Amino acid sequence: MLKATHDVTQSSWGGGISPFAVGWNKLMMWLFIITDGLLFAGFLASYGFARLSSSQWPDQLEVFHLWFIALMTFILISSSATMATAVRGAERGHRATVLRFLLLTIVGGLVFLGMQAYEWTTLIREGARLYSNPWGVPQFTGYFFLTTGFHGSHVFTGVLILSITAVRWKKGLSSAEGVELTGLYWHFVDLVWVFIFTLFYLI
Amino acid sequence: MASTVQQEPVTHRKQGFIRRYIFSTDHKIIGIQYFLTGMVMAVIAGFLAMLIRLQLAWPGEKWEFLGALFPAGMEDGIMKPEFYLSLVTMHGTLMVFFVVSFALVSGFGNYLIPLQIGARDMAFPFLNMLSYWVVVPACIIMLVSFLVEGGAAASGWTAYPPLSAVKEAIPGSQWGQTLWLLAMALFIVSFTMGGLNFVTTVLNLRAAGMSMRRLPLMVWTLFIAAVLGLLAFPALTAAAVMLLFDRHFDTSFFLPSGLFFGNKLLPNEGGTPLLWQHLFWFLGHPEVYVLVLPALGAAFDILPCFTRKPIFGYRITIYSLYAIGFLSMIVWGHHMFVSGMNPYVGEFFSIGTMAITVPFAVVGVNLIASLWGGAIRLTSPMLFAVGVIALVGTGGLGGIFLGNPTADIQLHDTYFVVGHFHFMIGGVTLFGIFAGTYYWFPKMFGRLMNEKLGKLHFWLTLLPFYAVFFGQHFQGLGGTPRRYYSFTKFTFLESLQGLNLFISISAFVLGAAQLIFLLNFFWSLIKGAKAGDNPWRATTLEWAVPSPPPHGNWGEKLPVVYRWPYEYSLEGAPEDYTPQTVSPEEGQVTT
Repeated sequence: MLKATHDVTQSSWGGGISPFAVGWNKLMMWLFIITDGLLFAGFLASYGFARLSSSQWPDQLEVFHLWFIALMTFILISSSATMATAVRGAERGHRATVLRFLLLTIVGGLVFLGMQAYEWTTLIREGARLYSNPWGVPQFTGYFFLTTGFHGSHVFTGVLILSITAVRWKKGLSSAEGVELTGLYWHFVDLVWVFIFTLFYLI
Repeated sequence: MASTVQQEPVTHRKQGFIRRYIFSTDHKIIGIQYFLTGMVMAVIAGFLAMLIRLQLAWPGEKWEFLGALFPAGMEDGIMKPEFYLSLVTMHGTLMVFFVVSFALVSGFGNYLIPLQIGARDMAFPFLNMLSYWVVVPACIIMLVSFLVEGGAAASGWTAYPPLSAVKEAIPGSQWGQTLWLLAMALFIVSFTMGGLNFVTTVLNLRAAGMSMRRLPLMVWTLFIAAVLGLLAFPALTAAAVMLLFDRHFDTSFFLPSGLFFGNKLLPNEGGTPLLWQHLFWFLGHPEVYVLVLPALGAAFDILPCFTRKPIFGYRITIYSLYAIGFLSMIVWGHHMFVSGMNPYVGEFFSIGTMAITVPFAVVGVNLIASLWGGAIRLTSPMLFAVGVIALVGTGGLGGIFLGNPTADIQLHDTYFVVGHFHFMIGGVTLFGIFAGTYYWFPKMFGRLMNEKLGKLHFWLTLLPFYAVFFGQHFQGLGGTPRRYYSFTKFTFLESLQGLNLFISISAFVLGAAQLIFLLNFFWSLIKGAKAGDNPWRATTLEWAVPSPPPHGNWGEKLPVVYRWPYEYSLEGAPEDYTPQTVSPEEGQVTT
C-alpha cells in the first residue's frame, strides 16, 4: 500500500507542492472559468434544445447586420491580443507597456459594449422583445437577449476588473500574476463570444 | 517544474470577538458556523416534516395551537391543501440544500479538509467567510417566504414548471416561488465559492508526503463531491435565471403554447417544461452524490478506528468514487422516464443507472469487508457508521427498481420514490452527519459526547427510520401517490390506512428522538468529559493537534506525512495505531 517515502515526496502529487505547478490563485481562476463556462453551456444547450424542437427559425441574415457583428467580434478578439501583450509585458516587468495595453483592452471592451447596445437598440426599435418579435418565433429573441445579455454583463464585469487591475498596477499594488489572472478571465469572455457568435449569428 | 506552496506560519495576533467568531476567516469556525446553521435549519425542516405527517395521519383535523402559529396556512387550525404543498416543498428544499449540504459538505468539509491534509487553512479564507455570509441571507429569505402573500413556494423541491412559472397557478407560485429562486441563487453562489476552495485546497495545500493516495477517504469523498458540485450547479443557475425570466419578464422558456389556467389562455408559446426537468436533474442527480459520498467517507474514516484494523480496498474505493462521480453526471434522465421520452433514450439512462450500482456495490462491500475480523467496539459513532452501511444497502436496492423504466412507470410519483430517496439523501446523509458529529465532536469542542445518550439516540433513530421509510416503500407498491394532502378519499387505499397511521406515529418518534441528540450536543458542550488530543486513538492528521485546534492548526511547523491514513494494528508497532506523522525510523513501515 505504501511506496517508500522518498518516492512520494519527490512526486509532484506527493504533497507540499502544487501538482500543476501553479499557485492556488491561478488554479482557482481556472476552476472558476470551468464552472462559469458550464453556465454558458447551460444557456447554449437550452437554446439548442429550443431551436431543434422548433419547426421554424428566423433567417439570421434578415435580422442581423452581419458585417456589424463581424466588426464587433473583430474588436473583441483584438482586445484579447492587447490583453496578451499586457500579460507578457507584466511578466517582463515593462510597467508602461502593461498600462498602455490594459487601457487599450478596456477601450476594446467598451467599444464592444457600445456596439452591442446599439445593436440591441436597433432590434428593439424593430419590435423585438423578450417575449415576441416580428420574425415569428418568440423563443428566438428570448434566448438571444438572455444569452447576449448575460455575456454582455460578463464583458462589463471584465472591464471593471481590468480597470481595477490598471489602477492597482499603476500604484504598484498588482503583481504580474494579478494581470495574468485578469487576462485569463478576459480571454474566457472572448472565447464564449466566439461560441455565441457562431451559434446565434452564423448557423 | 513544480512550485512550492507558500504557507506562512500564522501570526497569533489577538482578534476581537467579532473577527474571531462571527466574521471569522478561520476554517474551523466557518465549519462550525455551517454546522450550527444546518442544525437550526434541520430543526425547522424536521418540524415541517412533523406537520406533514400530522396532516396525513388525521387529515382535516383541527389543531388550535397550529392555527395560531400559521394563521394563513392553517386557518382555524385546519391545514389548507396549498399549505401542505408549501410544507412538502420547503421540507425538501431545506433538508437537501440547507441542512445536509450545510452540515455534511460545508460543515465537515471546512472543518476537516485543512486538518486532514495538513494545511493551515483553506486556500482562500476570505472567500470561505464570504461563502458563509452569502448563505445566511439565503436562509432568511427561504424562511421569510412563509410570511409573504400566498405563502412559501409550493411546486416541490424540484420546482417543475408550469406550476412554478405561472404566478396564478397556485398561491405559493406568487412571491414565494420568486423568493425560493433568489435564495437558491444565493445558495449556488455560496456553494460555488466553497467548492472552488475545497478543490483548490485539496490539490494544492496538502502537507509534504500527503499524496493523493494517502488522503483519508473523508477528504476524497468531499473532494469528489466538490468537483461534482462545480460541474453540476451551473445548469441549475442557468435554469433558475430562465425561470425568473419566465415569471417576471413574460418569456416562455419553460411554457408551452396553449396553456390554460383558470379558463384563461396564457399568451406563451414555444417553450417546454421538459427543458427545466433536464436542467434541474442535470444538477439534481449529481447533487444526490454530493450529499451521499461524504457520508460514506465519514463511515470509511470511522470504521477502522473502532475495528482497529485497516479498511478494506482503499484504492479500489477511490476508483469506484471516480466511476460513481462520472456516471452520476450522465444518468439524470432516470428521473424523467414518465415525462415523455424516446424509449431508446430511456434505455440509455437506464443502463447508466444500472452501471452505477456496480461501483456503488464495490464501495458497500468494502465497507462491510472493513468490519471483517476487526475488534469491533460499538460506540455511538461506530453504530451510526454501521447504520450508514445498512441504509446504503436498503436504499440502493430500491434504486434498482426505480432505475428500470418498466418498473418506474408503475412506481413513479408514489411513496416508493419517497421512501427510496429518504433512505439515500435522508438516511445515509443524516446517519453520516451523526456518525461524524459523535466522532469529531471531541476535536471540535474538546469534550466527549455522552455515550449512553448516543446509543439511545441511535436505536431510537434507526428503528423508527426503517418503520417510516421502509413502510413507505409498501405504501408506494400499493399505489399511494406522493404529494397528495389526504388519502382518505380513495377506496383503493383503504387497506393501507393502518400502515399510514403507523408511519406517522413512527415519524413522531423519529422526530422526538432527535431531541435526545440536541440535548446530548449542548449538554456535552458544557459538561462533557474532557477529550484530550486523540480520544479514539486514531491515525489521521486531525488527531495530531490539540482539541480544539489552535488558529493556524499546526504551530510553527507543518506536519510531514509518512504513511496512509488507516495504519491500525501494525505488526511490531508500539501501539495498535500508527499516526500518519510517524516516520519509518520511529515505527514500522508497511510495504
